[in-house]
Amino acid sequence: MSRRRRDLIERAIEWALRACAGLSILVTFGIVSVLAFETVQFFREVSPFEFLFGTVWTPLFFQKSFGVLPLVAGTLLVSAIAMTVAMPAGLLTAVYLSEYAPARVRRIVKPVLEVLAGVPTVVYGYFALLFVTPLLQRAIPGLSGFNALSPGLVMGIMILPMVSSLCEDALHGVPRGLREAAYALGATKMQTTTRVVLPAALSGISAASILAASRAIGETMIVAIAAGQQPRLTANPLVPVETMTAYIVQISLGDTPAGTLAYRTIFAVGMLLFVSTLLLNLASNWLRERFREEYA
Amino acid sequence: MSRRQRNRLLDVALHGAGLTATLLGLVVLAVLLFDIFSDGFGRISWDFLTSFPSRRAENAGIYAALLGTVWVITLTALLAVPIGVAAAIYLEEYGGRGRWSRVVEINITNLAGVPSVIYGLLGLGLFVRTLALGRSVIAGAATLALVALPVVILSSREALRAVSPALREASYALGATKWQTIWHQVLPVAFPGILTGLILALSRTIGETAPLITMGALTYVPFAPDGIWSAFTVVPIQVFNWVSRPQEAFLANAAAGIIVLLALLLVMNGFAAWLRDRYQQ
Repeated sequence: MSRRRRDLIERAIEWALRACAGLSILVTFGIVSVLAFETVQFFREVSPFEFLFGTVWTPLFFQKSFGVLPLVAGTLLVSAIAMTVAMPAGLLTAVYLSEYAPARVRRIVKPVLEVLAGVPTVVYGYFALLFVTPLLQRAIPGLSGFNALSPGLVMGIMILPMVSSLCEDALHGVPRGLREAAYALGATKMQTTTRVVLPAALSGISAASILAASRAIGETMIVAIAAGQQPRLTANPLVPVETMTAYIVQISLGDTPAGTLAYRTIFAVGMLLFVSTLLLNLASNWLRERFREEYA
Repeated sequence: MSRRQRNRLLDVALHGAGLTATLLGLVVLAVLLFDIFSDGFGRISWDFLTSFPSRRAENAGIYAALLGTVWVITLTALLAVPIGVAAAIYLEEYGGRGRWSRVVEINITNLAGVPSVIYGLLGLGLFVRTLALGRSVIAGAATLALVALPVVILSSREALRAVSPALREASYALGATKWQTIWHQVLPVAFPGILTGLILALSRTIGETAPLITMGALTYVPFAPDGIWSAFTVVPIQVFNWVSRPQEAFLANAAAGIIVLLALLLVMNGFAAWLRDRYQQ
């Protein structure tokens, strides 16, 4: 093969590979344009102000109303419950695995936690609806069959492995010297962990919690199965609510013809969801980069 | 109590709290598996695996959904794997520190964080409507391929990064071109790692429900797909459909469907673990 031909082939291959990498940009572009296209159509009929600040969401009723706040409230309520479970439990798990556990325990526990992260979300939905809710109903008599509490708790367990693994990375990123200095001053492991290691890892832990919040907001099947389908502006975890994601699933299951206003609502809600998770992800990345620079 | 004793006690307390939190995850996993097996194991039979869905719970089976899952995941792999691995090769071997690869990298990190239900809206708007593929196997597979792509790229990059730079330099020193080095030296060494990552990425994709429901996949399909243009359903959607029904008997079907799904995941993950052990020296 001549040199020139070989160079040509090399060039062609590089361009083909570069095109495949560039395709990911097209995916982002596709998401943004599909969402934006339908959302703009939606805002021709419903004012953005009414959408963002309205408190009644009844797009399928005869008396239509397009205030998204009840869906936002449902999303925030379930996510807050999930975070209340996942953050302390995930952080404590990370502290245990990184500071206390013998290597042998860590080798066994970590893959099992990964299994927890690999369970399909529809399975967690089943578990929340048919195991956790009946169990909670025995303790809380007023709890309805669909509620925010049970899917919130189960979602917390679902994101726990992600939180613990990200927090563990953050704890590992703290230089050994800091720990040894604390020990040399006579500090116990607990004092070293709470007064030296955790403060030093704070930006990494914050990054983990933001990413976990983003995951909770976008989680769909658990809430679609166990939280109910009643948009409601409430902070009461015992009654049925509807999240943004569950609303998208609800409409997708029905026969809503393309081009109708009801069809466009799922793209408007999707846009809101996309923008919120994107902002959280960017904030998390920024914090993690900063953490990495601190100890570079 | 002296200060020293108190500190010792607090240390034991934190150790105990950490251990408890770690056990929480493990205990919930055990309870979840026990609950599902006790609800659904009685429904697992050859008939359940080979029957179509039915309005009568005791006759209903998972056959159509199981074949749907096999069709969709096979096509998803055919679409996502070549593109994802090629993108990973570009970013790892050619990318360098250029502006373009920096932009692509940030973009892929963000795509990995997009909720999967959003990919369903993309599939609905792009594949089902604009490209008029309908609610077909190919539209579903294309949607899931986009969900899987960031994970495929990230895991393949990790496998490529694990290949020693000395291997590449030795190949260059013998006069090989860049692509010859990648094709004959780097890829064979990275292959088991890439394959393991691919299987894990695909096993995660099998459990995806939200993007396919949003894209418009049907929930009641009394036939097996016969091609890429066929309508379809998948196991997680079938499970979701059964969970949503009030009758007790359908809930047992849902649990049995979950057992089939978990068995499928177990086989794939087991294969990945076996591969990793076999090639890891």
